[in-house]
Amino acid sequence: MRRLVKLALQKPELAGFILLLLLVTVFQVRSDGLFLSTNNLRGILSLLPETAMVALGVTLLMICGEFDLSVGSVFALMPMTMAVMFVGGWPFWVAMGAGLCVSALVGFLNGWITIRFDIPSFITTLGMLFMARSLTIVVSGGFPPRIRPGELPSWIFVGFVDGGGLIRASVLWFIAIAVILGVLLAKTNFGNWVRATGGFMPAASAMGIPTGKVKIACFMICSILAGFAGMIQSLRLNSFLPSIGEGMELQAVAAAVIGGTSLMGGIGSILGGLIGATLIRVIDNGMVMSQVDSNWFKFAIGALTIFAVVGNAWLRKRGRSMKVDTDK
Amino acid sequence: MTQPIISVRNLHKWYSGVHALKGVTLDVQPGQALGLVGDNGAGKSTLINILSGLHHQDEGEILLDGAPVSFRNPKDAMALGIETIYQYNSMVPIMSIARNLFIGREPLSFSFAGLGWLDQKTMREQSVQAIADVDLHLRSPDALVGELSGGQRQGVAIARAMHFKSKVMILDEPTNHLSVKETAKVIGFVQGLKEQGVTSIFISHNLHHVFACCDRIVAMALGQVVMDKPAGETSIEEVSEKL
Repeated sequence: MRRLVKLALQKPELAGFILLLLLVTVFQVRSDGLFLSTNNLRGILSLLPETAMVALGVTLLMICGEFDLSVGSVFALMPMTMAVMFVGGWPFWVAMGAGLCVSALVGFLNGWITIRFDIPSFITTLGMLFMARSLTIVVSGGFPPRIRPGELPSWIFVGFVDGGGLIRASVLWFIAIAVILGVLLAKTNFGNWVRATGGFMPAASAMGIPTGKVKIACFMICSILAGFAGMIQSLRLNSFLPSIGEGMELQAVAAAVIGGTSLMGGIGSILGGLIGATLIRVIDNGMVMSQVDSNWFKFAIGALTIFAVVGNAWLRKRGRSMKVDTDK
Repeated sequence: MTQPIISVRNLHKWYSGVHALKGVTLDVQPGQALGLVGDNGAGKSTLINILSGLHHQDEGEILLDGAPVSFRNPKDAMALGIETIYQYNSMVPIMSIARNLFIGREPLSFSFAGLGWLDQKTMREQSVQAIADVDLHLRSPDALVGELSGGQRQGVAIARAMHFKSKVMILDEPTNHLSVKETAKVIGFVQGLKEQGVTSIFISHNLHHVFACCDRIVAMALGQVVMDKPAGETSIEEVSEKL
């Protein structure tokens, strides 16, 4: 029993999960039961997959010990590339493939430059944040491409899949991606390398793990997810704007951290990233529903980030100090 | 004399202008426990990093069982049976014992192009066995390495090397920062290696530790071997003088 409590306390996503339950209850009460109504859930579930996908990629990368500030810009660059190509006469799937390739390339460059020149990824991706945003505006030519509704097979990504109009296809895409990432991290040798690389790089390289390649792979996964999420948002709104995703990079980091991911690498989980992203959406929406001035949103996210990290550190410490013998 | 398991011939290494190894030649016999001693900057670590595949020599060659070998990375060295245990960096503290045991060499129940599904059952079973084999008794393979004591960690590292049937085990300052009791445990592990026919190279600052478990002492200074004698024919005093 003691062992189980100890294990639970050391789970990094615990603090976030408790907060999530607490806040959902509070909002449900404060909004007179409207928070969990179908109409409101539809709103939350439309936005959630988009931000959460970005958060999951950032979580994976942070577990690997690196950092990506360029996700918000890639979030805009991918759909813009796709839209410009589509308007230029290319078939949708080719345009989408090209957009994903551009995202992958940005991720590759982030990783390659970081590792080749041994500089902090904070710097590399900060530079990429500006470059990718600028590229988005350049390829758009200053005028967002206009695509009429119905021209794109948007239903595959954002169409409602149930009769009641509650769940969009994007939720299913997101669940599939989350499961794949979760399995990748927990059940495969690649996941073991990611954690070892982020947890303690000298040991990982001494044991023969190609740490550079592992990191580059994580940078690429992170970037592709950001691009894919941006595409989903653009298809949902059926507008391709060069300004979407601004500020998203820090929200994604906040989500990862709230979900228990350590900035130092190694510690964290996909489930944690999911919980963190959900918390942010729940707060955003719940504050409106319970008629709090929505200008407090960023304050709440900021406070929550600090609180979650402090809370997690405390819980982990409590867990660690619970004595269970390691000797037989 | 039998065929040396490792022969190092005239090894040179420069680090950005510093001549760290100046023509080191050394033969290690199978089953030997060799103690490598020297002050900081004597070239011990450089030699070890080359033997473990972390760095590459600028000149000279390495022979394994008489055949020349070239290590591009630690994996190459491990594949040929040379395992290195470092003072700190051979374990990831935030990962479990079972996962640490198999970092980079995970048993897979299904794989494609080098990526695959971890066989966690095998990992747990084999790590329990591997740990018991070096007389270390730990309750669970799921405990985090970060929760173990320094001596237990070195024990797990040695268990890992034994599990993968290393022929040569290089121990880089394994007793640093350990308590007296823990040190005794690690020295016990090294003595156990000899009984199992594993060749070991034991690096330490502490001559007492080296004399406690090695049968040959090699001293290095300023990038060269300055002394090479069976442990029985020399003394701590003589070695201290050479350094």
